[in-house]
Amino acid sequence: MIEIGNISKSFGERQVLSEVSMYLETGKVNMVIGQSGAGKSVFLKCLVGLTKTDAGEIIYDKRNFTEMNYLQKKDLRKEIGMLFQGGALFDSLTVEQNVIFPLEMFTNMSKAERIERANFCLKRVNLTNANKLYPAEISGGMKKRVAIARAIAMNPKYLFCDEPNSGLDPQTSIVIDNLIKEITLEYNITTVVISHDMNSVMEISDNIYFIFSGQKWWEGNREDLLRTDNKELCDFVYASSFMKEFKKSQNK
Amino acid sequence: MIFQIMSIFGKNAVMFKIFKEFSGYFFMLRKTFTRPQKMKIFFRRFFEEVEAIGLDSLGLVAILSIFMGGVILIQSAYNFQNPLIPAYAEGLATRDSMLLEFSPTIISLILVGKVGSSIASELGTMRVTEQIDALQIMGVDPMNYLILPKVMAGVFIIPFLIVISMFLGVYGGYLASVLTDAIPAGRYIYGIQYGFEPYYVVYALIKTVVFAFILTSVSAYHGYKTQGGALEVGRSSTKAVVYSTIVIIFFNLVLTKLLLN
Repeated sequence: MIEIGNISKSFGERQVLSEVSMYLETGKVNMVIGQSGAGKSVFLKCLVGLTKTDAGEIIYDKRNFTEMNYLQKKDLRKEIGMLFQGGALFDSLTVEQNVIFPLEMFTNMSKAERIERANFCLKRVNLTNANKLYPAEISGGMKKRVAIARAIAMNPKYLFCDEPNSGLDPQTSIVIDNLIKEITLEYNITTVVISHDMNSVMEISDNIYFIFSGQKWWEGNREDLLRTDNKELCDFVYASSFMKEFKKSQNK
Repeated sequence: MIFQIMSIFGKNAVMFKIFKEFSGYFFMLRKTFTRPQKMKIFFRRFFEEVEAIGLDSLGLVAILSIFMGGVILIQSAYNFQNPLIPAYAEGLATRDSMLLEFSPTIISLILVGKVGSSIASELGTMRVTEQIDALQIMGVDPMNYLILPKVMAGVFIIPFLIVISMFLGVYGGYLASVLTDAIPAGRYIYGIQYGFEPYYVVYALIKTVVFAFILTSVSAYHGYKTQGGALEVGRSSTKAVVYSTIVIIFFNLVLTKLLLN
């Protein structure tokens, strides 16, 4: 469980996040949605400490992240898995070495145990026979799967995904979405997904948070989302003409 | 503290920019020179970097050194045609030029172009593709993990390259004397043995260690702080070469004054 209390962030004169509060539940997929430039990625970076907040607090299971020193943050990060937009796989390492990397860095597992664990994680994301390939030799969808395998290798308590479907075709997107959902339930992880893909939202989200102009504008679940009359949220969800027509027909 | 300094210099002042660069560089060094999280991984990365920085540059250093030695000899022979100039002049000039300046300084500057730009573009690409963020999220200290092996490997292996360069440069002079008839080979050998000062090698190696540290750390600094995309990676790489070159030339003057005074 992650509690976020009134976090704010500005870059110079520009206020990017303004008093955002959320309660991100364990074992659920907590989805943060919003337009490009709304502050979603900054929000995620604040959560993991890549960007320092100006005000507010972030509490990971009763541990106040904002008050931690450098070493305490470093320790907490060992419980975090993160899926970056582009995968962020290490170019110089093979698929297997990418998954092994955190195990080698932070555990005292033997080489055989590390390989076994890496193979287990890669099998879990349905990726076999790619162990010896380099990131440049695999497709975008495979990269995302390797990134998920790397993120779960250390049995994280928290999983953060920054636009996991960007650059993927609809079918592969659903595969990645379902994988995130399954892993969240299987390992009882607190998962936070940043997205503006409405297919993902409807497919896997348990809790939805809509960020608009740096503020948390709306929160609810999938059913609430379909019934909402919040103007800004409706403009975002039903942006295309097709969806607008769909909404009108729903209202009738 | 930083805001007080900003108010002294003014936000856009050149002095403030210089201060910011220096403080950023020294902050990076402070974070880099900490105990590695796992020594086994550090040593593995160290030897990978020794290969990338040192062994992969050996061919270039060898070719350049042989040709530089040859050219110095031919130019010396061309200029020293007065019968009053002693017989050892050409060999001595070639040897001392290689030892004092060409091997430690010129080879280091050439390595800035090869190794420095490669370090900056590697780290810059890692930065813009979020690989450095990924390391940080995992709880790895990226500066220590990425930069320390590069700096240590550079400081370790580049002096070996320079010693090889000295030998090959002097040998290049010998080849030129044999192949071009610039001077008789025996006269050249007499010249390179005449009045040898072992301290010159020590002086060259001290300079090399300092230059190796500068070229690896300055390049790493520019690569690491890259922000943006592919264009900025190119810019960082260029900046790394320009700044490393300037700093090396400055320290060349300072060290020469201090060590040969």
